[in-house]
Amino acid sequence: MHRIGVFVCWCGTNIAATVDVKAVAEAARKEPGVVFATDYQYMCSEAGQALIRQAIKDNALTGVVICSCSPRMHEATFRKTVQAAGLNPYMLEIANIREQCSWIHKDIKEGTEKAIILARTAIAKVMLNKPLTAGESAVTKRALVIGGGIAGIQSALDIAEAGYEVDIVEKQPTIGGKMTQIDKTFPTLDCAACILTPKMVDAAQNEKIKIFSYSQVEEVKGFVGSFKAKIRKKARFVDENLCTGCGDCTSKCPSKKNKNEFNLGLDNRPAIYIPFAQAVPKVAVIDAEACIKKKTGKCGLCEKVCSAGAIKYDQQDEIIEREYGAIVVATGFNPIKLDKYDEYAYSQSPDVVTSLELERLMNAAGPTQGTLLRPSDGTHPHTIVFIQCVGSRCDDARGKSYCSKICCMYTAKHAMLIREKYPDTDVHVFYIDVRTPGKNFDEFYRRAVEQYGVDYIKGMVGKVIPHDGKLLVQGSDLISNEQVKIDADMVVLAAAIEPDPTARSVATMLTASIDTNDFFTEAHPKLRPVESPTAGVFLSGVCQGPKDIPETVAQASACAAKVIGLLAKDKLLSNPCVARADESLCSGCSVCQNVCPYGAITYEDREFRIPGPKRSEIRRVAQVNEAVCQGCGACTVACPSGAMDLKGFSTKQIMAEVDAICR
Amino acid sequence: MPVKTTENGEFKPLIVAFCCNWCSYAGADLAGTSRLSYPADVKIIRVPCSCRVNPLFILRAFQRGADGVIICGCHPGDCHYTTGNYYARRRMTLLFSMLDYLGIERKRTRVEWVSAAEGVRFSEVMNDFAKHITELGENKKLEDLRCKKSLD
Ligand SMILES: Cc1cc2nc3c(=O)[nH]c(=O)nc-3n(C[C@H](O)[C@H](O)[C@H](O)COP(=O)(O)OP(=O)(O)OC[C@H]3O[C@@H](n4cnc5c(N)ncnc54)[C@H](O)[C@@H]3O)c2cc1C
Ligand code: SF4
Ligand code: SF4
Ligand code: FES
Repeated sequence: MHRIGVFVCWCGTNIAATVDVKAVAEAARKEPGVVFATDYQYMCSEAGQALIRQAIKDNALTGVVICSCSPRMHEATFRKTVQAAGLNPYMLEIANIREQCSWIHKDIKEGTEKAIILARTAIAKVMLNKPLTAGESAVTKRALVIGGGIAGIQSALDIAEAGYEVDIVEKQPTIGGKMTQIDKTFPTLDCAACILTPKMVDAAQNEKIKIFSYSQVEEVKGFVGSFKAKIRKKARFVDENLCTGCGDCTSKCPSKKNKNEFNLGLDNRPAIYIPFAQAVPKVAVIDAEACIKKKTGKCGLCEKVCSAGAIKYDQQDEIIEREYGAIVVATGFNPIKLDKYDEYAYSQSPDVVTSLELERLMNAAGPTQGTLLRPSDGTHPHTIVFIQCVGSRCDDARGKSYCSKICCMYTAKHAMLIREKYPDTDVHVFYIDVRTPGKNFDEFYRRAVEQYGVDYIKGMVGKVIPHDGKLLVQGSDLISNEQVKIDADMVVLAAAIEPDPTARSVATMLTASIDTNDFFTEAHPKLRPVESPTAGVFLSGVCQGPKDIPETVAQASACAAKVIGLLAKDKLLSNPCVARADESLCSGCSVCQNVCPYGAITYEDREFRIPGPKRSEIRRVAQVNEAVCQGCGACTVACPSGAMDLKGFSTKQIMAEVDAICR
Repeated sequence: MPVKTTENGEFKPLIVAFCCNWCSYAGADLAGTSRLSYPADVKIIRVPCSCRVNPLFILRAFQRGADGVIICGCHPGDCHYTTGNYYARRRMTLLFSMLDYLGIERKRTRVEWVSAAEGVRFSEVMNDFAKHITELGENKKLEDLRCKKSLD
């Protein structure tokens, strides 16, 4: 026998103004199964909750309906309330008579009628509710960080600081990300290496942190609290434990003409190389495609010079399996390719460079030891033109519709640094808008204009024409409304940034979501900015959207706080509203397994009694792993036998709701 | 049977809306919080995901006298469960293609994507659908069926 109690909330006047709450309680009382109905000013207040608890005890209620605000608001609160009075927390339904009724209807008669229907729908459902118990699962106290840029490093350091183990998986031979390639950083102009490399060393020396460099995560299975990952550690043909990073091999290697990725192809490196002096780990890598020994079997010079005996030409990729409680995505970004922007002559002239290339040309550890020289002829440039928003805020398909956020500031930085070091150089900047919304950012930009005399021109560049070793820049000045022509020695393009090309495959692997631009989406854009919608997967750095270093680090630490909060738990409670197959109806057809996005369904052989001489038969039936099932219900509709049902949203319950609405 | 006329004799349709918990139901909440009205004829049933909507539920609603049924989910690509709304879209396309044959006008059904941030869109969708169903009038076709009698 059901003994249902109905509690109608006034929500002050939020509900009571357009819904006659007494009439709703009165109508509810007449519904079959209802033994108690009342109204109260604020059901969610302590007094309201006490009233509910008392009524459950006094009337021996078996189920509760609360007519109030949205269940997305207070369902969790009221579940606790009924549980405190001895009821199963899932013997509760909420009729949303505020967001769906009182707030959108002005007429009290109309509002009351609708509220009565919503109440009786909830009553019809709760009559079919079954007590449910949330499952418990253990938490592996280790985090995985994918991507070892400043974002990944900061998150890892913070998590390790709290006492948990962290693995950083970085696809490059060294951690550090784009920040290792930057020369000085706005708005303070401190050198990037000076603030980054100590952090890289901290990460390497922290005993809680394990760095898998030159590695990639290949597969992730499992769920929040217990993920299982397969990491491919690519063969670098050098034993990491033996290599001392002395670099003797790199100077002897005869295969020297290979594009140096670290300097963005502005100079060459040998086949065996260490990306840069402060690399972490400081271990050589052999580029198998350039290595003479790997290609022809001859040479072997590096093996001979290596006093540590670290060279291992036959090293193989290694697959490492590790378990994690939480995963941090910190895969960062790349500047876009500029092959579609040939009006700026990027592919025609070596003197047209991207901003990141300029960082290398100005860096003391770069190809020109920090002296700004034209890549074409090694002379000093006397006129430099910067073009902002190349591919950002772009409404055609070549570029990105969003603002890359960092380019205004780094262009001001570049312009200022050049003017300071080479006062005889004229610097012009073409811009659409200058956006400087950050602490000390606008002051920084104004210094570039006022103190360093950088010529900012509001307008677009139509064409860059290489001629006689120079670059003719044709643009328009929107303020004076004139055409501008500048004969420049160098042109610098502030290319838009985009997520790392692996973002999409990483998102698929983690069932996390990305937006149309491949940036990872957050669980809530305002209130849960560092969590992905997938439980246990967190976001750090530019992989979530364009950011500068201060913002990246802030987000990385926020992300770490969320991870620590998760790892600090001993057990996780899972959502009990999961699917279940009725074994007597299941035909083992595998349809449900094919639609389940989480791989929660497996099959097992079961023995069933059957009429006839055989008496029993073995059938294959579906089994739902309750810890993996997220409760979407896709399988329940796909099941041709009607064997699969979803707890808490069963077919019977939803049918009863339909019937109650259409009564 | 539900009452389908107002005091002055105007037709008031009965509309059932299935809304997924993560986007559309939240969109409905936002419409409420922003006080954006839509007709009281619309009654919402909360489901975890649009892929939980069994074609049976829709047929049942029509059988019981609903004049319109609308299914709302997250925008393609945004489903909380990644692919649920793709299943829903395919299933509903198939079901809708058979409705006329079953004696239910296909125009009485709709699938719409509404995100949690689209309170305005939620109310617009519901206003538009309610207007459309009101114009179509009562779901007489199915009422004529014999089976209805035995259900009452
Ligand atoms: C030209 C230029 C100048 C800049 N100047 C400044 C400045 O002066 N001040 C400032 O505040 N900011 C500046 N920035 C911005 C700054 O570079 C970024 O904010 C910062 O690098 C973001 O860090 P991140 O860790 O999110 O990304 P990244 O630095 O891109 O790091 C991501 C890391 O993840 C790795 N990775 C990617 N995918 C995978 C995968 N699937 N598996 C394993 N590893 C993976 C990458 O190899 C990389 O190491 C500048 C940017 C540019 C382009
Ligand atoms: S074996 Fe390969 S890496 Fe070593 S020195 Fe020869 S070419 Fe260079
Ligand atoms: S409800 Fe969804 S997650 Fe759970 S088993 Fe079915 S399809 Fe998989
Ligand atoms: S959760 Fe909204 S459609 Fe799947």
